[in-house]
Amino acid sequence: MAALERAVIVGAGLAGLRGAEALREAGFSGSLTIVGAEPHFPYDRPPLSKHVLAGAIPAESTALPHGLDADVDWQLGTPAAGLDRRAGTVRLADGRALPYDRLLIATGTRARPWPNPHEGRLAGVFTLRGRDDAAALRRALAAGPRRVLVIGGGFIGCEVASLCRKLDLPVTLVDPGPTPLARVLGRTIGAFIGAIHAGHGVDLRCGTEIEWLEGAGGRLVRAHCVGGGRIEADIAVVALGAVRNTEWLDGAGLSVDPGGVDCDGAGHVLDAEGQSDPQIAAAGDVARFPHPLYDGRRVALEHWSHAVAQAAHAGRLLAGAPPDAAYGAMPTFWSTQGDLVVKSAGLTQGADAVVIAQGNPATGRFIALYGRAGRCIAAVSVDSARWLPAHAELVAAGAPFPPAGAATDRPKGVAILDPGFS
Amino acid sequence: MPDSSLLDQVKDFANRPNPYPVYAKLRQNPVSRQDDGTAEGTWVAATHGTIARLLQDPRVSSDTLPPADRPRTGNPLTDLIVKPLKDWMMDRHRVFIFRDPPDHDALRSAVMHQFSCARVQAMRARSDALVTDLLEEKREAREIDAVDDLAYPLPVTVICELFGVPREDEPKFHGWATQLATALEPDSLSNTEIRAKNSRTFDAIGGYMGDLIREKRRHPRDDMLSGLANHATPAGVKMGDYDLIATSILMLVAGHETTVNLITNGLLTLLRHPDELERLRQDPTRAPRLIEELLRYEPPVQFRTRRTLSAIDIAGVTVPEGADLVLLLAAGNRDESVFPDPDRFDPDRTGTRHLGFGGSLHYCVGAPLARFEAEAALTALARRLKAPRLIADPPPYRQGAALRGPEHLRVAIDGIA
Repeated sequence: MAALERAVIVGAGLAGLRGAEALREAGFSGSLTIVGAEPHFPYDRPPLSKHVLAGAIPAESTALPHGLDADVDWQLGTPAAGLDRRAGTVRLADGRALPYDRLLIATGTRARPWPNPHEGRLAGVFTLRGRDDAAALRRALAAGPRRVLVIGGGFIGCEVASLCRKLDLPVTLVDPGPTPLARVLGRTIGAFIGAIHAGHGVDLRCGTEIEWLEGAGGRLVRAHCVGGGRIEADIAVVALGAVRNTEWLDGAGLSVDPGGVDCDGAGHVLDAEGQSDPQIAAAGDVARFPHPLYDGRRVALEHWSHAVAQAAHAGRLLAGAPPDAAYGAMPTFWSTQGDLVVKSAGLTQGADAVVIAQGNPATGRFIALYGRAGRCIAAVSVDSARWLPAHAELVAAGAPFPPAGAATDRPKGVAILDPGFS
Repeated sequence: MPDSSLLDQVKDFANRPNPYPVYAKLRQNPVSRQDDGTAEGTWVAATHGTIARLLQDPRVSSDTLPPADRPRTGNPLTDLIVKPLKDWMMDRHRVFIFRDPPDHDALRSAVMHQFSCARVQAMRARSDALVTDLLEEKREAREIDAVDDLAYPLPVTVICELFGVPREDEPKFHGWATQLATALEPDSLSNTEIRAKNSRTFDAIGGYMGDLIREKRRHPRDDMLSGLANHATPAGVKMGDYDLIATSILMLVAGHETTVNLITNGLLTLLRHPDELERLRQDPTRAPRLIEELLRYEPPVQFRTRRTLSAIDIAGVTVPEGADLVLLLAAGNRDESVFPDPDRFDPDRTGTRHLGFGGSLHYCVGAPLARFEAEAALTALARRLKAPRLIADPPPYRQGAALRGPEHLRVAIDGIA
C-alpha cells in the first residue's frame, strides 16, 4: 500500500471533523486537508431546526469545538468535483487536484429541493439543511408570517411545525402519507405523534400533496394541493428529506448510487467489482455499510451519533490503527419537536409488530417497542427517554418480542399492534 | 452460628460510624444475593454502574411497601369497617417515593410546579438569616451540639416555612418525622410493632395536615401547600385530598430527616479534615464543590430499596421476579472505577456523578434546598466557630442505616465570631 503521508477528508461536517480528529489521535502526523463545500468551519446541525429557528442562539453559534491542531489545510467553500483513484487525487470544483494516500469520504447529504426549480426560487420558499438556510428561515419566521406551510411530515418537518407553534405562528403541515413520520416510525406510532402535534395547534393535513406553489411578484402567496384546495401561506418549508452527495464520485469506479457509497464491514469503500479500496473509507450520512446488528443488512444512517462513531472508526482505520471489531454501533437518534422529545434506538424498518411497552400515547408519554419475527429490533421513546436505555438493551440483545414480564407503567397484557409500514 | 450476611453487617448498629469497609466487600460482587432470613433473600447492588442502571430500569419498582394493615382495636365496628377502609385509602394514596409511573410522575410534577425558582431563591436568602440567628443564640457558649443547635432546626424551619406550616406547630413534627422516617429502614417493613406505630403516626400527622389544607383553602397564602391545595399544574394535575396529605407528609418528613445528616456529616468531615475546613473558611466559594463531594463521601441517604417486577439479568447474575433489591447508593459513591482513590475526601474532584441524591425519576426533589442549606450552615460554621474541636469521634449515631447520621455532634469551641 502507498505511503501514509497525505490524508484528505472530503466533507467538513460532523463526520469529517470527527474523522480528522481520530486520524490525528491514532498517530497520523502527515499533511491533513479538509475539503468543505460550504464556506464555514464544521458546525452542529441539530440545533439549526430547534434553537436557531427559535431565536435562542444565532446560526453562527453552532460551530463545533474541535481538538485539531493548526496544521490542517482547510479548503472551505470549494466542493470536491471528482475522484481519480488511479492518480490518487481529489479534484476540486476550481480545478485543483489534491493528492492523497488516504481519503475519507464524508460528504453527507443536502436537502431535497422542491421539484419545480422556478417555484423553489420564490421568496418565502425554504429548505433547511445548512447554517445559512437556518439563519434565513429564522429571519423569515421572526418577521411574523401569516402562515407557515411545512411540506413533508418527516422529522425536520415535524420539528419546524412544532417550533412554529411555540412561536405562536399559524402552521400547516402537509404530507402525502397517512400520518407524519410514517416512513420511519410506521403509521401507528406516527398517528400518535401526529395527534400530539394537532393538539398543539398544528393544522395537520395528511394524505395531502402540494401540486404547485403560486407566487406573486416573486413571492410565495399560496400553495395548491393535488385534487384541489389551496393553502394561503407566505412561507413554505420544503422538508422532503435529503439527497446524498455522491455525484462527485461518478466515474471513480466505486460502488455508489443515490443510496450511498458502499463500504465493507471495516469501513473501506468498495469498488464497482465489490473489492475494498484500502486507501479510502467513508463515514456518516453518505456511507452505506452492512450493519452487524441487522444481519449485515446494508444501511446508510443519517444520525448525529452515528456520524460521530463511524467517523472515529474510519479515522482509526485509515491511520493504520483499526479498531478490533467491525463498526456496528447501535443506531440512535433524537428529535425535539416543540416540547416533545422523540428518541430512538435500533432500526424500525422491517418491523412486523409494535407494542406500547410503557406509558400511554394518550398522555403523550410512551415507549414503543418494535419487533420483527419475534425479536426486538427498535425502541422509540416519546417524552420518556429515561426508559430508553433499558429497552435499547433488549434491542441490542435481540431479546424475544413481545417483551416478557411486568414493568412500571406497562399495561397488563400489552396489545400487539400493526406498526403500519407499507 | 453462621457468618452474618454482609447486608446484616450493613444494618448492624456497630458499623454505623464506618460502614464503608462492608460496602467495599459488597462491591466485590456488583449485584449479590444476601441472606435476610427469607427464602428469597435480598439482592444488593453495590457498584456505581449497576445502581445507575437499575435506577432507570422499568422492571424495577419503588412500590415496596407491604399492604397497609393497621392494628386491630377489638372494636368490631372499627376493625370490620373503618380499618379496611383506612387501609384501602392508605394503599391507594401512598407517598410518591413508594409509587411508580404514571401516578408517581403526576404527583411529582405537581410538587415540582410549586417548587418554583422564585420560592427556592427566597428560601435561600432566608436560610442564611436563619443560620445567623441560630448561631447568635450560642454566642456565649463554649460547646455546641451541631445537630440540636443548627443542623436540625435549619432544615425544619425551611421546609415548614416553604409549606406554610405555622411556626408554633413545628415541634409536633419532630416526633412524627423521626417515626415515619423509619419506613426507609428495610427491617421496619416486616416489624409489626414499628408498622403499627407508623400507621398511628400517619393518622396523627394526616389529621393535622387535613386541617391545615382546609385552612389553606379558606385562606390561601403564598406557600407550597396553598399552591398545591388550590391550583392545578399547566398539564392539569391537581391532587385529591388524600394524595395531597400524603405528599405534604412526605415533603415535611424528608425536610426533617435528610438535610440534618448532610450538615452534620459535613461538619464532622470538615473537623476530620482541618485543612479543608481552613480552605472553606478562607474561600466560601469552595462550598458548592465541597458539598457535592460530601454527597458522594457521606451521603445522608445511604441506600434505597426497590422490588423487581420481572427477572433482570445484570452483572452476570439473574435477579428473580419479585425480589427485594437494595440500591446501595453510598457504596456506588465509593466505586473506584468511577472515583479514583474513593475513600479520600477531595472536594477538587472533577465530575460529580455521585448517587447522593439517588437518580432517575426519583431523584431528590429537595436537592436544591439541601445544597443551599448545607452551604449556608457549613460556610457560617467554618467562618464563625473559633477553634472547633470534636468532643467525641466517632460521635453517637442515630439508629438508621438508610438515613444515617450522628445523633449529636458535640463540638468544643472558644466562642463564636
